Amino acid sequence: MTRTITIDPVTRIEGHAKITLMLDDSGQVEDARFHVTEFRGFEKFCEGRNFWEMPGITARICGICPISHLLASAKTGDAILGVRIPPTAAKLRRMLNWAQIVQSHALSFFHLSSPDLLLGMDSDPALRNVVGLIQKHPDIARKGIRLRKFGQDTIRILGGRSVHPAWTVPGGVREPLSAENRDLIKEMLPEAFDTIDLALTLLKDASAGYEDEAAHYGNFPSLYMGLVTPEGGLEHYDGLLRVVDSGGKILESGLDPARYREIIGEAVEPWTYLKFPYYKPYAYSGPSYYKMGMYRVGPLARLNVCEFAGTPKADEELRAFRQLAPQGRAVNTAFHYHYARLIEILFALEKIAETVEDPHILDERVRSRADVNQLVGVGVSEAPRGTLFHEYHVNEEGVLQKVNLIIATGQNNLAMNRTVQQIARHHINGNGGKLTEGVLNRMEHGIRLYDPCLSCSTHAAGKMPMHVEVVAADGEVVDEIIRD
Amino acid sequence: MPVVTLTVNDELVSGQSGQSLLSLLKELGIEMPTLCHLEGLSDRGGCRLCMVELQGSKRLFAACVTPVQEGMVVYTHTERLNNYRRMILELLFAERNHVCAVCVQNGHCELQTQAAKNGMDSVRYDYLVPDLPMDASHERYVLDHNRCILCTRCVRVCDEIEGAHVWDLMGRGVNSRVIAGLNQPWGDSDSCTKCGKCVQVCPTGALTLRGSTVAEMEKQHDFLKWILTGREKKQWDYS
Repeated sequence: MTRTITIDPVTRIEGHAKITLMLDDSGQVEDARFHVTEFRGFEKFCEGRNFWEMPGITARICGICPISHLLASAKTGDAILGVRIPPTAAKLRRMLNWAQIVQSHALSFFHLSSPDLLLGMDSDPALRNVVGLIQKHPDIARKGIRLRKFGQDTIRILGGRSVHPAWTVPGGVREPLSAENRDLIKEMLPEAFDTIDLALTLLKDASAGYEDEAAHYGNFPSLYMGLVTPEGGLEHYDGLLRVVDSGGKILESGLDPARYREIIGEAVEPWTYLKFPYYKPYAYSGPSYYKMGMYRVGPLARLNVCEFAGTPKADEELRAFRQLAPQGRAVNTAFHYHYARLIEILFALEKIAETVEDPHILDERVRSRADVNQLVGVGVSEAPRGTLFHEYHVNEEGVLQKVNLIIATGQNNLAMNRTVQQIARHHINGNGGKLTEGVLNRMEHGIRLYDPCLSCSTHAAGKMPMHVEVVAADGEVVDEIIRD
Repeated sequence: MPVVTLTVNDELVSGQSGQSLLSLLKELGIEMPTLCHLEGLSDRGGCRLCMVELQGSKRLFAACVTPVQEGMVVYTHTERLNNYRRMILELLFAERNHVCAVCVQNGHCELQTQAAKNGMDSVRYDYLVPDLPMDASHERYVLDHNRCILCTRCVRVCDEIEGAHVWDLMGRGVNSRVIAGLNQPWGDSDSCTKCGKCVQVCPTGALTLRGSTVAEMEKQHDFLKWILTGREKKQWDYS
């Protein structure tokens, strides 16, 4: 029997997606598929443009994390120019990235996820959003919005505007930082530190009521990938690629990110526009050959791959984070993405505080100039949602011949599918395939843990209505919920 | 030069015989939209933005190529004219790929400025989205056909001021293209002196400095006045 339930308001994820749950003969969840149903084609239509324009063009992939694309694209440009950018430019770019991590993580935690955590997974969906949060906890909502504002303001101060600044360019950055602007950033820091302390306390208090979720949401072994400093510390802008397994064993300790193709492959499925990147050495032959190469990226992965954070407060929290898994093993539960995200905000704030005190940060030499010296360039940075790869092939004139982008959300695709399947099994099995709003929200929350940006990952545009179908073994749609 | 008397927007004004209507309107402080016109270059009446209504004629006249005449009755900003101006701008936007947000001249573009000033808030025509190349063969500059509006300022400045005549037009209608030399890559042109005048007079992001990033390109037209005044005063006549 088919049933359609339409639920308003719009859900709290970015993009357009659908979930299908496949039931077996006995009505148990056999498989779950997270479909992304939009397509944009950035990799194709950028061909024929020149690489100097690419930071500006690729930033338009996303309005939430344009900085990640700006940085990865500018770094790819640096590689094509074959230059080493002035040290101050690198420091300013790092600061821009940390500001973005603060604003994006604050958005994920306060605006998108905290309604579930503070108002309850089964609370009234009409109020289970940031508006409901403002009604019930106005102070927390206000502080969350102000923390995001700190990140956005820092981006605006550095780049001239908070969304899509064109400040980062191949060769460095366009304008140096003025003493006046540095002081503005400094003044905003204390409030941001207070808010992150509050958020950490809130999450720890709220987590006590979510032991079931913490145990079942995306709790499975997988590989983790992220950038680390040459010493193994937490890194967001440059550094080396590291892959660890769920047991904490290091599989790749410090690969040059330009060689990413040696370890990462991209698989496609006919039912989604989102590709499935996988860790090549773990893939074997067969129809689902790539699934064994599942790895996760993002805050959880970054904390799992690094040995230390490198700032006092973040290192203290990191030690507490490590306690969530047995000694030496990786933290495997996706529910802890929330915690990892907050630790990263803390780290980013500490790093920004450190950078504004740097005696060379006001140096006016911030751009190196050159022409095409390399025909292929790879630029990698850590976006809030995970490792971001840009690869450009240009001709001698600098005109793009081929573009490849691997986006964080895409790399979490396998894990997101697995997470949805796990939550569905836990809540739907034995229930005759019936969906309740609370179950739908839990599946959404499972997706939301990864803070996916679907517009980024398919390089696609639009809002993200939620569409869940339960399909029986004979192909009949047993239940369906649509939100638009 | 004899003085002529005419009426502009219901006011009696006087101008000099032989003067173009556009220059008179500018003297009067009437802001006229233009794209192909540039002080110091010959006029061609190509973009049609400076069109005016003349009493007694159903036709519209491009002010840049219409000389003032005794007894003319001119209207510069009627509803009909404003509608046509918006339509012209929309057609320019629809014809090629003018993606302001990612254009190197975003914020400093004359086409963009005119669209904003003339109230063009949407394009009613289907975009043609032509597949046009970018010529990055020149060591200093880049030509992007996607942003070209065929105003021919580059053609005229190269011919009339620099005297090199590297640029010209090829094809007809929507297939028209600005070409370097005998339709060859710009970088292969033997006659190009690399002076960059064409780049500085280009109203859009069609001609830009190599290495410019999004919204970074700003152009200076001052050099034209400086060169022309110097030539008139024979400042550089060393013979």
